[in-house]
Amino acid sequence: MTTPQVKEAPDIKQKRDAVNDFSMTVATMNGSGSQTSNLTLLRALFKMGIPVSGKNLFPSNIQGLPTWYTIRLSHKGYLARRNTQEIVVAMNADTFVEDLASVVPGGAFYYGDHLKFEINRNDISIYSFPAKQLAKESAAPASLRDYVANMAYVGVLAHMLDIDMQKIREALEYHFDNKEKPIAINMGVIEAAYAWSAANLKKTDPYRVEPMDKTTGYVMADGNTAAALGAIFGGVQFAAWYPITPASSLAETLAQNIGKFRDVEGQDGKTYAIVQAEDELAAIGMAVGAGWSGLRAMTSTSGPGISLMTEFAGLAYYAEIPIVIWDVQRVGPATGLPTRTSQGDILTTHFLGHGDTQHILLIPGSAQECFEFGWKAFDIAEHMQAPVFVMSDLDLGMNQWMVKPFEYPETPMDRGKILWEKDLEKLAKWKRFEDVEKDGITWRTVPGNKHPKSAWFTRGTGHNEAGAYSERAADWEANMARLKKKFETARQYVPDAVVENAKGAEVGIIAYGSSDQAVLEARDYLAEDGLKTDYLRLRAVPFTDKVGQFVKDHSVIYVVEMNRDGQMNKLLQLEYPPFATKFHSITKHDGLSLNARWVAEKIQAGEQRND
Amino acid sequence: MTDTGRTNGKPAAATPAPNIQLNLVGLSKNDYRGAATTLCAGCGHNSISNQIIAAAYELNIVPEDVIKLSGIGCSSKSPAYFLNRSFGFNSLHGRMPSVATGAMFGDHRLKAIATSGDGDTTNIGMGQFKHIMRRNAPIVYIVENNGVYGLTKGQFSATAELGLQLKYQGTNQFTPVDIVQEAMASGATFVARSFAGDANQVKSLIKAALSHNGLAIIDIISPCVTFNNQEDARHSYSWGREHEEPLHDFTFVPREQEIQLGEFPEGTTRTVEMHDGSTIVLKKLERDYDPTDRAAAMRLIEESHSEAVLLTGLIYVDESRPSLTELYGLPKDRPLNRMTDKDLRPAKKMIELANAMMF
Repeated sequence: MTTPQVKEAPDIKQKRDAVNDFSMTVATMNGSGSQTSNLTLLRALFKMGIPVSGKNLFPSNIQGLPTWYTIRLSHKGYLARRNTQEIVVAMNADTFVEDLASVVPGGAFYYGDHLKFEINRNDISIYSFPAKQLAKESAAPASLRDYVANMAYVGVLAHMLDIDMQKIREALEYHFDNKEKPIAINMGVIEAAYAWSAANLKKTDPYRVEPMDKTTGYVMADGNTAAALGAIFGGVQFAAWYPITPASSLAETLAQNIGKFRDVEGQDGKTYAIVQAEDELAAIGMAVGAGWSGLRAMTSTSGPGISLMTEFAGLAYYAEIPIVIWDVQRVGPATGLPTRTSQGDILTTHFLGHGDTQHILLIPGSAQECFEFGWKAFDIAEHMQAPVFVMSDLDLGMNQWMVKPFEYPETPMDRGKILWEKDLEKLAKWKRFEDVEKDGITWRTVPGNKHPKSAWFTRGTGHNEAGAYSERAADWEANMARLKKKFETARQYVPDAVVENAKGAEVGIIAYGSSDQAVLEARDYLAEDGLKTDYLRLRAVPFTDKVGQFVKDHSVIYVVEMNRDGQMNKLLQLEYPPFATKFHSITKHDGLSLNARWVAEKIQAGEQRND
Repeated sequence: MTDTGRTNGKPAAATPAPNIQLNLVGLSKNDYRGAATTLCAGCGHNSISNQIIAAAYELNIVPEDVIKLSGIGCSSKSPAYFLNRSFGFNSLHGRMPSVATGAMFGDHRLKAIATSGDGDTTNIGMGQFKHIMRRNAPIVYIVENNGVYGLTKGQFSATAELGLQLKYQGTNQFTPVDIVQEAMASGATFVARSFAGDANQVKSLIKAALSHNGLAIIDIISPCVTFNNQEDARHSYSWGREHEEPLHDFTFVPREQEIQLGEFPEGTTRTVEMHDGSTIVLKKLERDYDPTDRAAAMRLIEESHSEAVLLTGLIYVDESRPSLTELYGLPKDRPLNRMTDKDLRPAKKMIELANAMMF
């Protein structure tokens, strides 16, 4: 589990609402450089030992549209999004009015004094600060002034919330890779703003931070970076991709960093190739070609790309070619909400392709699992000789998560049933699709094998055990039955579900992916109100035995997910028809990550109905 | 990794009957054949398959050193009918180029022969066709061009000439796509056109294409005897025979063979040195044509549209551009697909670097 297990210190409990337990949102325009300021705040707080999460709510646009960045601090280690915000920093005239309205009573509202608006609230603390003036007076060149103006709120907040200035410096050093010039310019603005705040602002709200020691042994990571690094440790050899939000940074991080890990001195050449394709059809086509030729091949995309990859996914399923496809989900259908998160591709992806296709899905629930599944997906794909889809999402992929450090793969690479020259010499006969071990997985060879019996003709058309073209009814049915058996075999190889039981609970919750943090937090709220729940987090389709047992063991099961139609709920009902009426679908599809209060309320409402 | 899969250059040959002729790698022509064709009797594609077999045999290529790729259609079925001992992949309609691109990275020492049709390439596959040209993937890309869809029974393809009349389709009202023109526009580095009825030229061009370092496109007019072989149709045998105008007398001289200069007197021949040391010798016919001149090639193609001729031969060649796989700095004689954990998984201590990249 990746949730920090934090015991509450008694002194903090007394001031729980004010110290290290609030959400703070900065409202800016995208393209204004605010991300550097926001990450600096986030990292400084993390360095102070306070559990934090950072979520960027951004538009599908390059410059000038509203963006919000929310940092949640929680001494309890709760990292999901909250619905309320105690502190709001307004830097964008376009959203000033709604930003002002969004502060909870008793909260604090900060704004740059270049924004001239009537302040119509007296139930919150109001602070203005001269962001533009501070930027103007700084050492920053004129062209960068708008960017460093955002550093002013970092300085003001540092003073008003008691954020450690040394930790802010460390955050800048990390961000600017120890380059002294940008560090000095930004730190100059922050220090000036801090001094200005100290001289001019009188604090009237209770929200502040205190150092803790609850982040030791954790890192801050985003899922896309984690996935890319995981793939590198998984020995990725070929990646083809096409730009799409929110998946682009996965492939870009891979391309930018693989050399640091894989270009070893004394090597005679590269061990990988990364190609930016002309579209998603070509991206998966290249990956299929590479997988066919014996490489650990992957592509990464989001919903619209998945749609385009449909035909190739079916081919890879039927021609039994290992590839890994990352789906960093966003809101669909259509172009949908390209910069908002969703779990809306579960059904499409599981059944991607015409005819009878069923694909393996891996579902990471944290950035750490993005790393783990980053390498494990190749083992499963090559073992199963099948496409493996890894279902991440925008929230997991692009936001900052506090997680345990990445762990080195504990098992050697599993290359599956593959025959080389020496193996073929020992075999009297070999047929590409003969189910020798009766597990549905057959032995394959790959191009470059010099044995004269090694070659086979790969096709999407009907074929017999030898791989020869066949339109015989019996051949078709036998092959499809074997593929079904192979899918059954996959149950033993996919990551098992994670179960957290509460003693005496009768109510079960099933969820998956990035909603984990919200569900964990919701269980605490439910327990506080006297409702004990068991929780199963799915990590793969097909479902493992543990899922079946959980379904049997609970009379009521709430399936919590982020789509309209309860897609995983439907899959569960299909899988366990005798228990189909046990499942209660709880769904949200507003493009935002789940918040725990909402989850708890929905389950409570469900329980009242069931009573 | 020590096992590079090379068996001292010697393929494991089937034991032939004593009177069967063997090539320099000890294989008979039978070792290059494929399954019996299921295409129509007289289909141009079959004669192209035969020339692929002959070229590979005569060039002493080990079949296991070749991969075959195709899309969907009559032409794309043809890889089943040549080089049985080569790995083959009959992929998706119009998507062969992407599969081929990825497949080249498995063992970059292999040669790739891809077959496609005019529909597969210029209708559904135009996008991927253009992009594989600009990437210069080291693949021999043969378009078996007959102007119609065969497997779906005789619809127009994008290479059908304006005004072509087909039995059930009526009259084609749209201007045709010229495959070599599209290839040139996309930066192809070896562009040729031929005619399935001109077996010798087809074979020589395939040999030259196999020695090219990059993408070699050969647009071969390959008549469909069932749906588009009317006398005056631009993709018919009769029209091809009557209107073929070879740009030059084309001879391919492999690396091992010495060029007999007496045969090719100065002033009437051009030679093109290929990347692998072999040579193309072009004997001048009616036109004095330099296939290394890109502007001349573009002009020639444009001019040919207004002439009632089927210009065949080597239209353009550029041996200077690196191929796709060369751009990736792969090990010279060690294929990616034989690498193991030791090559591919970073050392255990590197996990610290991964975590240090996080905050």
